Amino acid sequence: MKMDLIQPFIGSLDAVLSDMMQAPATIVDLSMEEEGYRRKGLAAEVIFKGQIEGWIVLDMEPRAAAKVAGCLMGTEVDPAEPIVPETVCELANMVIGNAVTQLNDRGFQFKVMPPSVVSAEQCARPGHDSEATILCFETAHGNVYLNIAMRYHARRARERAPIPVG
Amino acid sequence: MRQFEPLTRKDHAPVRYLIVDDSVFARKSLAKMIESFGGQLAGEAGDGCTAITEYARTKPDIVLMDITMPQMEGIEAVERIVQEHPEARVVMVSSVGYQDNILAALQKGARHFVQKPVKPDALYEIIRYVLSDDGVTAPVAAQGESSR
Repeated sequence: MKMDLIQPFIGSLDAVLSDMMQAPATIVDLSMEEEGYRRKGLAAEVIFKGQIEGWIVLDMEPRAAAKVAGCLMGTEVDPAEPIVPETVCELANMVIGNAVTQLNDRGFQFKVMPPSVVSAEQCARPGHDSEATILCFETAHGNVYLNIAMRYHARRARERAPIPVG
Repeated sequence: MRQFEPLTRKDHAPVRYLIVDDSVFARKSLAKMIESFGGQLAGEAGDGCTAITEYARTKPDIVLMDITMPQMEGIEAVERIVQEHPEARVVMVSSVGYQDNILAALQKGARHFVQKPVKPDALYEIIRYVLSDDGVTAPVAAQGESSR
């Protein structure tokens, strides 16, 4: 996957986490996904369509998500409260929205779908030909994972095009 | 959260807001902000269809409207609200802030745009601008002067 396509998502998550958690976030791991993604905490997915298609899954350790909800409510929030998964959904929405805004400014056209909570333990990949990257961010309140799976239509179309002979 | 100089209507009543967002988190967050602006929550909606009926029911001074929502998106909801109520003041609040989206919202009748995550200071200034532009509120400094 092209790093210049991932970079806006990394920058966006970093900015959103720092703003909402009022604490810095550091990337501690980056890996390529071979099989379906296994959820680690409270997760939300956002699907995007257009010249680049795919999804992001934002997956937060429950105490990290509860910290963000607590910052908003001005009080400690239990990770089991219903507002906590809602918080993860909205954060996913902010991350993809900010990233897509940057990519759109570079000429890519998108349509972003509303976020939804991921309840399955293992997430299916959006397509066989999509490439997925998992980033792990460490924060003072727990880890946050960002799974980015996307396929770049224009490039795929060129790859599938017949090679002229003669 | 920081308390702002209250924004009040010319009749000194609190400014009434309708918040439209499919995210409970976002609605709560915006509700806390408008409370810190001295405002009053007139209603909430989780999608564009409900926003239209809630607008007609509550007649708020200002609407804070998300764009990406299920059933009916924010831009279509703005268009329909403004068609029915040309005086409606709608501020778009969305994480997707690219130019096409902003232009589409403004063309359909939105007054302004704020990108998420929302900074309270920025939202306050935009609401103050939109309301004072329409003469709904006196400028904050003038409100202070009139109370002396």
